[in-house]
Amino acid sequence: MSITAIHKHNVIDMHDMQQLVPKLARVKSCFSDGPDVSTIEVEMADGAPVDYAPGQFNMLTVFGVGEAAISISGAPDGSRLIHTIRDVGAVSQALMRLKPGDQLGLRGPFGVGWPVRAAQSKDVLIVAGGLGLAPLRSVLYHILAHRVQFGVVTLLYGARRPADILYQSEIANWRESCEINVVMTVDHADVEWPGRVGVVTQLIDQAEFQSQNTLAMICGPEVMMRFVASALVDREIDAENIFLSMERNMKCAIGHCGHCQFGPNFLCRDGPVLSYKKLRPLLKVKEL
Amino acid sequence: MAVEYASMLSKHAFFKGLRSEVVDLVAGCAQEIEFSAGQYICHEDDQADQFYVLVHGHVALQIASPGRGARTFLTIGAGEVFGVNWLVAPYRWTYDAKALDDTKAVVLNAVCLRRKCEADHDLGFELMKRVMPVLIERLHVCRIQLLDLYLKQN
Repeated sequence: MSITAIHKHNVIDMHDMQQLVPKLARVKSCFSDGPDVSTIEVEMADGAPVDYAPGQFNMLTVFGVGEAAISISGAPDGSRLIHTIRDVGAVSQALMRLKPGDQLGLRGPFGVGWPVRAAQSKDVLIVAGGLGLAPLRSVLYHILAHRVQFGVVTLLYGARRPADILYQSEIANWRESCEINVVMTVDHADVEWPGRVGVVTQLIDQAEFQSQNTLAMICGPEVMMRFVASALVDREIDAENIFLSMERNMKCAIGHCGHCQFGPNFLCRDGPVLSYKKLRPLLKVKEL
Repeated sequence: MAVEYASMLSKHAFFKGLRSEVVDLVAGCAQEIEFSAGQYICHEDDQADQFYVLVHGHVALQIASPGRGARTFLTIGAGEVFGVNWLVAPYRWTYDAKALDDTKAVVLNAVCLRRKCEADHDLGFELMKRVMPVLIERLHVCRIQLLDLYLKQN
């Protein structure tokens, strides 16, 4: 394809231009969610609500530092805009240093989220690894708010160590409520830990769901997602009903710059949530 | 009693699909055993003459390291087994095992089981077909743990 053809195909219109400009927002509250992890609640400076779907992400800007894609981890009812951030680079470190009242820039929400509508009337299996629970928490909030619309709901969660388990008090509440089955494991633990030690794929064998009527949502490190998806296919869940949230370097967030390209997909626009049926051949390509 | 153990073993995931006459052979080496929460079941370097088929509860497999204390590297739950060291000389435990909660198991006498396997290779083959997937699964788990996937990467 010639450069001219690419330009014709990849025109940036006025709508795109508006999406590239951050809006002013403010930190409403922030709190620690474990070592190197903070959760911040953000509100728009003009007070406008932000509608989003579970699994979408925002581009957050710390002025003078930079911009980063952060998934939304709050309830998708427009009431609270919440992001859980891990200290992995200059921008995320700066985001974690923000205090209530501090200003930041916000673009979004962007991307295709979790297929909550398709999950209705099905058993729902949610498999999270590490910080991957953050974008899945929005789904859990949605399911809990519309519980009767779903079958058996199970959360399988793997973390590095007991101290790294996110949203600990909320998980305890979910367990007590009996609205969802929660099974957790950690990769490493000292002898004081009374729970399971092992990897999250080991939890799949004993999870209860009807394979032919189950929709699975997975988020975590890519290696973990590969093995989980493969184990779910072994348990006869159709690859079309298994969804993964992929992570790549989001920059423009509107499918123009190509930084987040994954095969034929721009993850910021076509994802980050895609079906395993679509992702399976791409996940086998090394260094993609 | 052997009939009762045969019934318990045939319902266990590890022995699923095993012919009843083979289950009967295994049940001849079986005994029921219970451990209370916190009780150690075996210790590293002890003689591994037991093979545990977990029926209820959880067991932590641990290794102690100087300066770092004991670490749990795997937990085993109902429907699983531990103690495959019984199968390979020098038949020694390579970890400590501790009951995390009140735990019930069928313990198979490994001396008895090894003797029966030597005398009846069909039995040995059936048991190997069940032990190998456990070992492969645990090797895979170990690889994933070594990758330390959730470690922060700047």
